[in-house]
Amino acid sequence: MPPHRIGRSTARGSIAIDAVFDNLDIFAEGFRRTVGLSLFAAIAALILGTALAAMRVSPVPPLRWFGTAYVETVRNTPLTVVFFFVVFVLPQVDIRFSYFTFAVVALSIYHAALVCEAVRSGINGVDLGQAEAARAIGLTFTQTLRMIVLPQAFRNVLQPLGSVISALIRNTSIAAAFGVQELTGVVQRLTTANPDSVIAVLLGGVVAYLILTLALAGALALTERRVASAR
Amino acid sequence: MSGTPIVLADPPGPRGRRRILISSIIALVVLAGLVTLALLRLADSGQLDGELWSVFIDQPDLRTLLWNGLLDTLRAALTAMVFAAALGIALALARTSRQRAVRIPATAVVELFRSLPVLMLILFAYLGLPALGWQLSAFWALVLGLTAYNGAVISEIFRAGIASIDRGQTEAASALGLRPLQIFRLIQFPQAVRRMSPTLISQLVTLLKDTSLGFVIAYSELLRSGRGAVEFLGSRYALPIYTVIAAIYIVTNGMLSALARWLDRRQSRRLGGRHVELPMDAAAVAAALPEQGGPDSART
Repeated sequence: MPPHRIGRSTARGSIAIDAVFDNLDIFAEGFRRTVGLSLFAAIAALILGTALAAMRVSPVPPLRWFGTAYVETVRNTPLTVVFFFVVFVLPQVDIRFSYFTFAVVALSIYHAALVCEAVRSGINGVDLGQAEAARAIGLTFTQTLRMIVLPQAFRNVLQPLGSVISALIRNTSIAAAFGVQELTGVVQRLTTANPDSVIAVLLGGVVAYLILTLALAGALALTERRVASAR
Repeated sequence: MSGTPIVLADPPGPRGRRRILISSIIALVVLAGLVTLALLRLADSGQLDGELWSVFIDQPDLRTLLWNGLLDTLRAALTAMVFAAALGIALALARTSRQRAVRIPATAVVELFRSLPVLMLILFAYLGLPALGWQLSAFWALVLGLTAYNGAVISEIFRAGIASIDRGQTEAASALGLRPLQIFRLIQFPQAVRRMSPTLISQLVTLLKDTSLGFVIAYSELLRSGRGAVEFLGSRYALPIYTVIAAIYIVTNGMLSALARWLDRRQSRRLGGRHVELPMDAAAVAAALPEQGGPDSART
C-alpha cells in the first residue's frame, strides 16, 4: 500500500464520515487481512488444540503431562507476551518469517490452549455410559474416542468453540502492534492521517469488527440448528 | 475440573501396561529430543550464555524497572477490576429489569462491548475521547477500555449466576413484599456472587493478562518496561527478559487460577457432594446462558 493513498480528508469536525468513505479501499485491505489472520490461525489452532485435548485424556502419562503443561503455561501468559516471544525471540535463533506469518503462529499457539480446554470439556460432557458401553462391546481407546465420544463431544463443543473462534477474531487486533496492517492497524494509521475525523475512523473500525463477529454468531446459530435437528 | 475423568479404556492388563510403557518411553524420547533440539539451537546462537542471563543480577536497575512495571500492571488491573465489577453489577441489574426501556439499551451495550476487540476499546478511549474533548492519560485510557469489555462480560457472569438460582426464591421474596431492587440486593446478588466466584476469578485472570495491551498506548506496565530494557540492552537480551516477564505473569495468574479451582471444589462440596459443573470462563458462561435469560431455562 503506497503511503500517498492515505488521503487527508477535507471534511471538518471529528464526526466527519468522509475519512472512512475516502479510504474505503484501505479499510477493505485491513478487513481482508483480519479475515486471513483469523482463518489461518483458526485452522491451525483447531488442529493443534484437538491434538492437545487428545493428549490430555490419553492413557500415556508423558503425553498427559505435556498437554497439561502446555495449556497451563499458555493460558496464563498474555497473548501479547506470546507475540513478543514469536516476533522478537525467534529471529534471535534465525527463524524469520513475514509479520503476517509470525502473527498467525502467535495466535495459533495461544488459541490452541483455549481450543484444547473447550474440546476437553466437551469430551467430559459426554455421558459416562456411552464410553462404558463402547468398552463393553470391546472397542479400544482409539476406537472409543474416534467413533463414540468425539462425534458426540462435537455437539457439546460447538458453542464453546464458537466463543474461542470469536475471541480469536477479536484478538487478531493485537497483530496491529506487530507490523500487520489489519483492521486495527488501519484504524490507527487513519486516525493519525486524519486527526479531524478520529471518531469517524474509529466507528468505521467498530462496524467492521461487528460485521465479522456477528457473521460468525449467525453461522454458529445455523450450524447449531442443523446439528440439533440431527439429534 | 475436579469431576470424575471419563473412563475411555479398560484398566490395562499386562499387555496394555506394556504398550503404555513403550508408548511412554517413545513419547519421552521424542519430547526430550525436541527439547534438546531447541536448546541446541538456542546455544548455537549464543542465547544461553551466562552473561545474558546474569543480567538480572548484574543490573539492579533492570530489577527496579521490572518491579515498577509490575506495580503499574497491578495498579491498572486492580483499578479496572473495581470499575468493571461496578459496571457489571449495574448492567446485570439493568438487563434483569422489567422495564423494557432499561433492558434493551443495557443489552445493546453488553453485546456491543463483548463483540469488539479489547484493543479497539482501549484505542477508542485513548484516541477517540480526546477528540471529543476529554483528555485522559494512558493509564485511564487502559482502565476505561478494560472496564468496558470486562464489565460487559462480568454482567453476563452475574446474569448466569442469577439464572441458576431457583426461581422459587425470587417468588418467595416477592410474596414477602420485597421490591425488585431489594430482591436483587438481598436474594439474588449474594448467591450469584458466591456461585460464580470461580468464574469471576477466571475473568480477573483475563483482565490481568489484558493489561499487557497497555504497551500499545505507551502505558509503562510490565511488558512495556521489559521492551524498553531490551531496546536499551540490545535485542540479544530478548529471550532472558521476556522469559522472566512470562514467568511473572504465569506465577501471578497461576495463583489466581488455583484460587478459582479451590473455590470451585469447595462450592461443589457445599452443594451436597454433587458436582455442579459451573462454567469456568467467559466462553463457557456464554454457552450456559439461555438466549433470553429466563430464570427457568438455565442449564447446569
